[in-house]
This record gives sequence, C-alpha cells and structure tokens, in this order.
Amino acid sequence: MSNLQVSLVELIRRTSAEIPEDVHKAILHSLEQEKKGSLASSAMAIIDQNIALARRKSQPLCQDTGSILFYVDTPVGYDQIQFADTAREAVKEATKKGFLRQNSVDSLTGRNDGTNVGTGAPAFHFHQHRGSELEARLVLKGGGCENVGAQYSLPNEDLHANRDLDGCRKVILDAVLQAQGKGCGPGILGVCIGGDRATGYELSKTQFLRRLEDRNPVPELDALEQDILKTSNELGIGPMGFGGKTTLLGVKIMAANRVPASFFVSISYMCWAYRRQGVRLNAAGEISNWLY
Amino acid sequence: MIELTFPFNENQIRALKVGDEVSINGVVFTGRDAVHKYLHEGGQLPTGVSLRDGIIYHCGPVMLKQADNTWKCTAAGPTTSIREEPYQWQIIRDFGLRGVIGKGGMGERTQVACRDYGCVYLHAVGGAAQVLAERVRQVRNVHFLEKFGAPEAIWELEIVQFPAVVTIDSHGKSLHEEILARSRAALAARV
Repeated sequence: MSNLQVSLVELIRRTSAEIPEDVHKAILHSLEQEKKGSLASSAMAIIDQNIALARRKSQPLCQDTGSILFYVDTPVGYDQIQFADTAREAVKEATKKGFLRQNSVDSLTGRNDGTNVGTGAPAFHFHQHRGSELEARLVLKGGGCENVGAQYSLPNEDLHANRDLDGCRKVILDAVLQAQGKGCGPGILGVCIGGDRATGYELSKTQFLRRLEDRNPVPELDALEQDILKTSNELGIGPMGFGGKTTLLGVKIMAANRVPASFFVSISYMCWAYRRQGVRLNAAGEISNWLY
Repeated sequence: MIELTFPFNENQIRALKVGDEVSINGVVFTGRDAVHKYLHEGGQLPTGVSLRDGIIYHCGPVMLKQADNTWKCTAAGPTTSIREEPYQWQIIRDFGLRGVIGKGGMGERTQVACRDYGCVYLHAVGGAAQVLAERVRQVRNVHFLEKFGAPEAIWELEIVQFPAVVTIDSHGKSLHEEILARSRAALAARV
C-alpha cells in the first residue's frame, strides 16, 4: 500500500470515529444548557457518551457513514487521477476494516457490492492553488440529515419571502422548522445564497469545512448567521426534536452570484455527528498535520 | 426508566405514555426501506422471523464477520423512520408489531395504527451508533443478506437495556405533532 493510501485510510478512520474538537465543544455547551432530567438532556448525555466510545473503540460515530465527500486542494500539475484512484482503494480498505459501512447502492438495480465505490462515489472536489501544499479534507455526510436539506426559489409567496436578506431568513428558518428532529439535531446549517441549483447545493456543503466558532467576514452574512442560530434555538425543537434549547449548533452562510432570473437559497443540514477532518500531506504522501 | 422485555404484550404497551423513557430487553429484528416495501407488496417474512408481539428496529447496522462466521455489531443507531410511513401502519396491522424503534418520528397513519392495534413508537438517539451497539448482546441471525445487502437485511438482535423514548403512544398522542405545532407557532411570532 502506498504512503498516500495509508494516509487516506487514516483520514477516513479518524473522520468516521472522532468528532472534531470544535464540534465537541459545542455539544458539551448544549449538554450544559439543557434542563437536567429533560429528554433533551438525556439525549445529549447519550451523544456525549457515544463520542467518547467511538473514539476509544475506533469505530464509526454513526452507522450511516454517509456520502463520502473529498475536497482536495492541490498544487498546479498534481496528478489528480492518481489521487482519485488511490482514494477509491483507500475507501475499499476502510470499508473492509469497518470504518465505513457498506453504504453505496446502485440506484437502478438496488445492488450493494459492498465496496463503497461506484459512479459518483466517492465524490471528489479538486481545486488547484499556486502553493506547494496538498490538503485533503473529508466530509462523511449521513443520509438522514441530507434528506432534510432544502432549496428554495425566491420569491416564495407561501412564506412571504422576497428577493432580499429577510426573504433568505424566512426560507432558512422554514427549513429548520420542516427538519424538526429528523436530521439528527442539534444540527449545523450550511447555506448558499445564489448560484444555480447544482452549484448552490455544492457550495452550501463547502460551508461545513468552516470551523464552528469562526465568524463570517461579510457583516450582513455574519449578522444573518447569528440571527438564524438564535431564532432557531428559540423554537423549542431541541435535540432529536424532543423539545429543548438546542435546535442548532451553528449556521454558516455564503453568497454566490446568480443570474437575474434566478434566486436560489440552498440549505444543507449536518447532523450533530458532524464528521469532517482534513490532512496536509507531504510530497511522499505522508500526513504532516491535521487540519481540524 | 421503564423496563420492557420481549415478548411484549398489549397491556404493557397500552400503559406507556408519550415522554416515557424505556429500557428494552430481548429479541428485536431490524428492518428498513427495502424490507418495508417488500412486506407492503405482499412479500413473506423469511422462516424463523416473527414480528408478532415484537419490535422492528429501523436500523442498518455495521456488521463485521468474525473468523468463526458469527457477526459482530460495531455500529447500530436508528435510521430515519418517516420513510416507512407509507408502509408501517400495514405492517403493524398484519404482523402484530408492538413496537417500532427508530428516529425522527412518524406520521398520522402510523399514529392511528399504534392506537388501533396497540403499538408504540420508540425514539432512540439518532447517531448514537456506539452506545447502542454496546447494547446489542448478540447477533443471532441474518436474513435477506444477499437480497437486500447488509444495511437493509433483517438482523436478529438480542438487546439489553436499550434506551429509547416513547414519542408516539397507543392513545393517539405524538410528541412530534406537539413539538411541530409549538415550534410553528414560535416561528410565526418571529418572522
């Protein structure tokens, strides 16, 4: 097995079994906030135990090890084909070791060949940069939270949402209401205002690469993020939809250009089992450091 | 915490109310999207599987085959139940289920079937795959492994002190319905 493959298996293992520190901090804060003896508090306590157990046993945090999304920043001229081939082998290996569930199904035949490799699976997002470093980030996104994602086209008459930031606020909060506990809350929203339908969703997911505690450099978006977080947590949906104070752990929003005729707001929901990790790799393909 | 031990009976299930925390013991069968659709379309349960007075668990576990050909359950949290809403009422009615374990809640048809036939919906903590896998004492058998693949197969599990919350009871009440109504009103006051 090449160094790169060994590194990518380790990236998958750690992403699947270990919650990032920023997310864990938010979960502990939520556990403190919820009323002792409430269903919400019981749920958060089980979640916290689960985080410790998965790390100790090096086993998946959640059995739905999700869509496998690689975000790879490469120097100019780096062989992306070779990287993708190696990553596919790493996915097969990680599946054999139980870090990933046999989780990829042929949509036409319903067949699951048990490898997690097939058309579009895993998914790769390559970006070149002028630097010399290779960074590979991985998000494992479960199906339960993916299913509560939503895309709105403004204006939306039912929600009285016009083509402005207040309209965006209304549809984002509607998505939180519709999701209830179905996406394994407390959740994290990744939102893209603008774009076409496909890039809007794609960019909404890149928001999950941000750290939970960071602040948006665009003042209007920062204000909207804080507002959505605060308002959502006043709705009383709570962990698992049991009722309680924590409906969301974080909100991350970006804006992309749109064509005059379209105004999409694309919302991706991430469950509390927020599996995201990344590595910087040296020229030999070894991990030089972890990114989260 | 209320102890529930297999086989379950109607009186025991009727005594449960929305908001009760329960600890479940005994044999349960997993079944999710493929199994529900199959049974809804008239498919037969495999020999050795009976859901009467039993519990179905909406779960697609991670299972590793051991050297001695037994299975080890390494992750086993609930999957989203609402996808089974078109089928669940019928399976409760026809197969005599007393409980459904899942996450995210279910809709009106399931709520009505729980009331009419004496069944409850038991909400486990979504994503808590390790805590819940630890409560699986033994993987007793697997059915439809080839047909549906590992996550969708029917796994026969013996569970011990498996924690869940009653969120739909057999008296027509649903925590999900209450929270939705309350959160909708709270949002209306804020937009």
